[in-house]
Amino acid sequence: MLMFLLRRLATMVLTALCLTLIVFYLTNLPPNLEKLAKSEAGSRITDAEVASWLEKNGHARPLLVRYGEWLGVVPGWTREEGGVTTGRCIARGADPAAAPGYCGVLQGEWGFSSVFKDDVSSIIATRLGLTGLLMFWVMVVMVPVSLIVGVLAGMREGSKLDRSLSTFSIATTATPEYVSGVILIAVFATSMGWKVFKGTATSAMDDITFDNFFLPVLTIALYGTGYIARMTRASMTEVMTAQYIRTARLKGVSFRNVVIKHALRNALIAPFTVIMLQFPWLLNGVVIVETLFNYKGFGWTLVAAAGNNDIQLLLGCSVVAVFVVLVTQLISDIGYVFLNPRIRIS
Amino acid sequence: MEPLTWTGSLSVLNPVTLAVAAFFAVAVVAQIALAFFAPDPSVQSGPDGRLAARGGAFGASERATRWLFLALLALVLVYLVGGAVLPFGAAGITGAISKLLVPVWISLAVMFVLSFRFKRRLGLYGKLFDSTIGMIGLAIVMFWVFVAVFSDTIATADVLSQISQMKNKLPGTPVPDGSGWYLLGGDHLGRDVFSRMVEGSRIVIVIAPFATVFAFMVGITLGLPAGYYGGMLDTGLSFLANLILAFPVILFFYLLVTPEIVQTGMPQYLAVVLFLFPIIFLLVLVNSRFYVMPGLRNRLVIAIAVVGGYLYLSFVGEAGTRVAILPEALDLIHMPANMLIVFVSVVFVNSPTVFRIVRGLVLDIKTRDYVAAGQTRGERPWYIMIWEILPNARGPLIVDFCLRIGYTTILLGTLGFFGLGLSPESPDWGSTINAGRRLMTVAQHPAIVPALALMSLVLGLNLLADGLREESLKD
Repeated sequence: MLMFLLRRLATMVLTALCLTLIVFYLTNLPPNLEKLAKSEAGSRITDAEVASWLEKNGHARPLLVRYGEWLGVVPGWTREEGGVTTGRCIARGADPAAAPGYCGVLQGEWGFSSVFKDDVSSIIATRLGLTGLLMFWVMVVMVPVSLIVGVLAGMREGSKLDRSLSTFSIATTATPEYVSGVILIAVFATSMGWKVFKGTATSAMDDITFDNFFLPVLTIALYGTGYIARMTRASMTEVMTAQYIRTARLKGVSFRNVVIKHALRNALIAPFTVIMLQFPWLLNGVVIVETLFNYKGFGWTLVAAAGNNDIQLLLGCSVVAVFVVLVTQLISDIGYVFLNPRIRIS
Repeated sequence: MEPLTWTGSLSVLNPVTLAVAAFFAVAVVAQIALAFFAPDPSVQSGPDGRLAARGGAFGASERATRWLFLALLALVLVYLVGGAVLPFGAAGITGAISKLLVPVWISLAVMFVLSFRFKRRLGLYGKLFDSTIGMIGLAIVMFWVFVAVFSDTIATADVLSQISQMKNKLPGTPVPDGSGWYLLGGDHLGRDVFSRMVEGSRIVIVIAPFATVFAFMVGITLGLPAGYYGGMLDTGLSFLANLILAFPVILFFYLLVTPEIVQTGMPQYLAVVLFLFPIIFLLVLVNSRFYVMPGLRNRLVIAIAVVGGYLYLSFVGEAGTRVAILPEALDLIHMPANMLIVFVSVVFVNSPTVFRIVRGLVLDIKTRDYVAAGQTRGERPWYIMIWEILPNARGPLIVDFCLRIGYTTILLGTLGFFGLGLSPESPDWGSTINAGRRLMTVAQHPAIVPALALMSLVLGLNLLADGLREESLKD
């Protein structure tokens, strides 16, 4: 078990390094940097001025060195010009001698957002809090509903109930968030349908009510529900054909008790991994829904950072996104081994 | 001209339809509720050996659902046929649309009649016609395919022409110069929503299957050796695949599908790599099959290399960009840079999943006896992989192919929704949803129409995959 964990962790760290390097490369391409220089130093500067600005701000050096600095394993650049020392780790007006040598992500220095004019770490912290709230309610809605739908559909395979619930799950998996969101808004929040919900999700950032939060939560939850329900159904039908279920039935245990006491526990192992693996997918949903409903959480920040060429913030968002994906993969792997005694690791 | 209503002169039927629909909804709910308490056996045999339908409340609800569904279907058909027969516009918006879609209806009917007639000779495709779900899925998918094929005759207005009086006008509003109607209303720039939806289907129907085919070629070409040989090759390729899979899709799109990246020529370099795989696949396919007939093999290999190579070069390169190989005059396929980048990124996102599926299937199949027999006979590795293992993995792959086209459609919509890649003028569904959603409080139809179109296509593909899975499991 320990070896397995260590190997998984090593792969995870390697993956994270590769991915952040790719993101770093893609966000620091010459055209991006040129755009950054123009937005920081004035949009009408010449190419020579762009080059000198990049030189002055430490962007005109090999990619791997810059990546190492950003990560915090290579000392930050310093530069002396006319007796004034500037550098990556030296705040404006601070004493150069007292500045630390390394300042990267590992040291907790995530950089400065050029658009929101704030520390990237504090922006991401607040935005993640808002998104966490959204995700919490999504989980509260999605997990019970999908498990119930899946179990009900899977307990009698081929029945009418199964058919109708399976059609429902197929329909929800065929409806991406931007489609269901638009339809839900049209039906429940505009003059075309019933005007049930009047709040906006933007106001939900300060004060969450049923009115302003239900539609975004439902939109994200719907897309995932169908998928988890189908997985639960598949696992439930498999369990229901097992020998011990037949034995229980022959013994005279009522159908209700067979389902609740015998089948349910074994049927819920597979959906656990599926639910964990849903997180990266929910990340997509969060980005779409936060853009659609203008809820300024993590996804909205990611879109804003990418749209405004806010390199540091985009890098920070990417780190968080990659981290979430990798950690959920790890948890789902460990959880699967933990829950399923039949899996033995060689 | 008068504005059109939804059903026009067929409105007399509306109360009947509404009543039938309401009863149908009640019957369905009743059936689902009663299913909890229903006895297990579904058919009872009488003393004389005849089978009797189930009685009681549940049986009644079951029969009611079936008949009400048929009645509803018949009524919908009346609206559609009536619309197609009556003069244009007399049967309201649905009738007018039905009349425009006549070529689609005819093609669908011909296709279904022919498929039914020869279904025993058509293999897996023919078996599809034994499953209701599969047929419904196929009908929806083929409906959109035919709409895309006939889109130029169906569309009533130019996709880009704007009429300022028609801004956000409701469905059925007549055009001021009296030449017709905006059947599904006008969008925020006064363009015809219906025509844009119809023309948009063409973009989706062309890109999604092609991108999926390319992703499958890449996934199969890499997945076969990874699963078959294992070892370092497998470890390396799996690590790469997991790397791409761990990348949040939207972040990837935002990083790759931007004008800055197009400047650096990155999508074209990616295309250079990715589009090589179909040619490699075909070459290996032919080479392994006809290895013992060198004459035929050489001719085929040369033909593939020349034709495929030419298509490859004209697909990847474009005069005046980073990758300019062929001169302008020889370049057959002109792919706009933003279209290419959308295509490439969709292929790139899909291929690792295909790789994992193929690898898993190969790991399973290579332990079978017939593979061992082939190895003993002295068959070469690539022959075994492509001509022994791959045909036996076709069932899951075909099902996944259908699902993946749907997923690709969703991805294309996502790209459009974020305004990435395709131009904002483009009529594709994602971009139109994006444009329409900004004004949801003023007018809903510009966003709803493409949203429903996209949803129905993906739903059709999912149902088709479900039907295929069911039928292929019966083998």
